[in-house]
Amino acid sequence: MGGEKLNLTLKIWRQNSPDDKGQFEEFKVEISPDASILEMLDELNNDLEREGKRPVAFESDCREGICGTCGIVINGHPHGPLPKTATCQLHMRNFKNGDVIYLEPFRAAAFPIIRDLIVDRSGFDKIQQAGAYISFNTGGAPDANSIPIGKDVAAAALDAAECIGCGACVAACKNSSAMLFVGAKVSQYALLPQGQPERYKRVQTMVAAMDEAGFGSCTNTYACEAECPKGISIMNIARMNRDFIKAKIVEQEVDI
Amino acid sequence: MKLESKVPEGNIAEKWTNHKFKMKLVNPANKRKYDLIVVGTGLAGASAAATLGELGYKVKVFTYHDSSRRAHSIAAQGGINAAKNYQNDGDSVFRLFYDTVKGGDFRSREANVYRLAEVSNNIIDQCVAQGVPFAREYGGLLANRSFGGAQVSRTFYARGETGQQLLLGAYSSLNRQIKNGNVTVYHRREMLDLVLVNGRAQGIVVRNLLTGEIEKYSAQAVILATGGYSNVYFLSTNAMNSNATAAWRAHKRGALFANPSFTQIHPTCLPVHGEGQSKLVLMSESLRNDGRIWVPKKAGDNRPPNEIPEEERDYYLERKYPAFGNLVPRDVASRNAKYVCDEGRGVNGERAVYLDFSDAIKRVGKKVIEEKYGNLFEMYENITGENPYEVPMKIYPAPHYTMGGLWVDYNLMSNIPGLFVLGEANFSDHGANRLGASALMQGLADGYFVIPYTIGNYLASEKPEKVDTDRAEFKEAVDNVKEGIAKLLSIDGKQTVDEIHKRLGHLLMDKVGMSRNEKGLKEVIEQIRELREEFWNDVKVVGTGEELNQTLERAGRVADFLELGELMAVDALNRNESCGAHFREEYQTEEGEALRNDEEYAYVAAWEFKKVGEWELHKEDLKFEYVKLATRSYK
Ligand SMILES: Cc1cc2nc3c(=O)[nH]c(=O)nc-3n(C[C@H](O)[C@H](O)[C@H](O)COP(=O)(O)OP(=O)(O)OC[C@H]3O[C@@H](n4cnc5c(N)ncnc54)[C@H](O)[C@@H]3O)c2cc1C
Repeated sequence: MGGEKLNLTLKIWRQNSPDDKGQFEEFKVEISPDASILEMLDELNNDLEREGKRPVAFESDCREGICGTCGIVINGHPHGPLPKTATCQLHMRNFKNGDVIYLEPFRAAAFPIIRDLIVDRSGFDKIQQAGAYISFNTGGAPDANSIPIGKDVAAAALDAAECIGCGACVAACKNSSAMLFVGAKVSQYALLPQGQPERYKRVQTMVAAMDEAGFGSCTNTYACEAECPKGISIMNIARMNRDFIKAKIVEQEVDI
Repeated sequence: MKLESKVPEGNIAEKWTNHKFKMKLVNPANKRKYDLIVVGTGLAGASAAATLGELGYKVKVFTYHDSSRRAHSIAAQGGINAAKNYQNDGDSVFRLFYDTVKGGDFRSREANVYRLAEVSNNIIDQCVAQGVPFAREYGGLLANRSFGGAQVSRTFYARGETGQQLLLGAYSSLNRQIKNGNVTVYHRREMLDLVLVNGRAQGIVVRNLLTGEIEKYSAQAVILATGGYSNVYFLSTNAMNSNATAAWRAHKRGALFANPSFTQIHPTCLPVHGEGQSKLVLMSESLRNDGRIWVPKKAGDNRPPNEIPEEERDYYLERKYPAFGNLVPRDVASRNAKYVCDEGRGVNGERAVYLDFSDAIKRVGKKVIEEKYGNLFEMYENITGENPYEVPMKIYPAPHYTMGGLWVDYNLMSNIPGLFVLGEANFSDHGANRLGASALMQGLADGYFVIPYTIGNYLASEKPEKVDTDRAEFKEAVDNVKEGIAKLLSIDGKQTVDEIHKRLGHLLMDKVGMSRNEKGLKEVIEQIRELREEFWNDVKVVGTGEELNQTLERAGRVADFLELGELMAVDALNRNESCGAHFREEYQTEEGEALRNDEEYAYVAAWEFKKVGEWELHKEDLKFEYVKLATRSYK
């Protein structure tokens, strides 16, 4: 590990409040290649604080790529240039001395900017509240091994459930569609036996909530899959679409 | 003050069942008349809030995160224990209880631990019903793996993302209650004070992190599920925002803080790479199932690992502890890593040891290893730039979990009536050392299966009258919070919050870390006091209180850490013995193992806040009726 420090130019989006116009501000930094991009911002912010200036507002928490709190558009890519890597996992050794790096918030109509690189993603919670659960009360569950689930089925459900809810899919999409996020959650339950009883009702309420929260529609550009830090597959969107259509048919037969 | 543990009478296997029957119930129609506050949406808080909502209480949940799904619990990797005995390898409720009491080096309360083991099986049922995609065998039944401190395979897991899946499960139940209208969630709110009315916890004061507004909320009871305080060390495996403020402010309102010096330094983390580092990344302990830990036999042997022949390697855990080998409990593994590095035998003379998978890959093939640990290996490579399928991982211990926390009785109520504490924030179940995969179990046990019963018992004798937030007690708390914020903003010194926090972290790691001694502890108490003075005279917090101000948020948390850090040292100094993670150099066996002093220290040290830097000690004596007090041996 280690190596020469990198001299970089950062162009960071600064915007004081949701209705402020906002603009890029330039900073020169010197940073170890072992540092992560967020550690670089930590250092920059400590320098700014020492000078009495307002630090760059950005969010992060676990710094292990699992909580989904962080999210910066780095040189045009949500979470930066590396595939399957969240912003917090991007290390500076992936940049070259002299590089210019643009840092912007996740932009989408449904994700209003709060300040600088922080956006409001509460729309995601609203979608989940609409139906992303299995209805039963604590204490009523049968023995865990009473429903065998194939190893591959469980693995496929986990592939979908791994979504970290960061919103990169929305930021990557020219229509600001949340279909990958919603499709992943719908799929997790659609794949598992526990999810069957509410399967069709669920897809309807979640899609309705998605529309209401102001997310756009999907036009199959696959940008979401390409930028997803967890590699969530576009297959989930197809599965959701199928279920959504099927729900219309099921609806005519039973009250869902 | 007399500490009453309220452990029910009777045989340990029947205590909880009998207690559940004897506790008072709140009539279903009356439940909606009670307001409850839950602070925290990690496993403990989310499961509690969801379950209390299901029962019909009106619950307000608070979190500083932008979404409840982001709580620190999400990052747990390795798994969750339960006594299902699905592997038919001799597990049972009693064995899980026994292992946990022993693993905690006899400093936990037997009855609580037994209950934990008892409800562990319900947790797995609950999570599976929620749609948590645990790992499965080909036949479709649940798979298990082993964790440190156990000789049975009882850990349930979902790749290296168990915490994420469990939290999303609890979050889904919480969402259902939000939709049903029983739970209201307040995001981006930080609790900064607890409000007592007639000596009972009946409200909180929070700062709205977007606007800076100071808000007050009332309820008939307050539940804190606010996590642990490992970030007191600055560098730890915890999420960046994890902090002690909620617990600490409650402590300053009278809640006793128990065993603060019991902090777990986890053996398998990535080593520190430089001063700018912001956190330490954990490599799940489950890796010790297949990875072998070693260092060169000779100090100064700086050859690349694959050029060091077998006979010149020291697999020191396997050598010293043949029965448990690489699966000894965490404190033992960490301390031994420290020793070999102190001897200069760390990798390249640095503070790091090898965790080597080459034997396992030879034995079962790369594919199996990839299936088990793929995402951990990826994470390792991403951070270090090295491929662990080819080169052994380099690891070193890092602060990870805090066994200490607010004192609670058997009902999980603190000494303040109406203040309940769940999950990592309480002290209750892990004694002086927590076993792997037991924190997730405890958080969910507390939230799904304990608090829903015990809080009813408390509320049944409380009138469901609205508590008016215009009362003087609320005003006093709001003023207190505002004053604290104004003070932080007015100092305008020269050092940043992070700089002071890092210095505190170095002091604690050095003197209240893996190994402690009287001289160091006495010194560090003075040093922390001086640093605290410096903080209050020289810290620089830019911006105002009436806006989003992350520096201000951190400053408040570090101010509390500077007080808690001192109490950790005070507690460590008081405890003249070694037990679990608390290793006092003066008290060790000839072989260098922890030497407990059960005669004098088989108690919970619960500290009462008097004023900053001054505490009074209360003791809860521990009795061991079912697991015989014995020296832990993993040989
Ligand atoms: C990297 C890592 C891996 C781990 N792996 C495992 C594992 O495999 N198995 C295992 O059993 N354990 C594991 N642990 C430990 C375990 O994850 C934690 O102990 C457990 O998740 C804590 O849960 P909790 O609900 O008590 O608190 P947390 O998950 O920390 O949640 C705290 C909550 O409180 C809120 N909060 C805190 N303070 C305030 C405040 N002042 N105002 C408002 N809200 C506040 C936060 O927003 C958050 O919602 C791991 C820990 C780490 C760090």
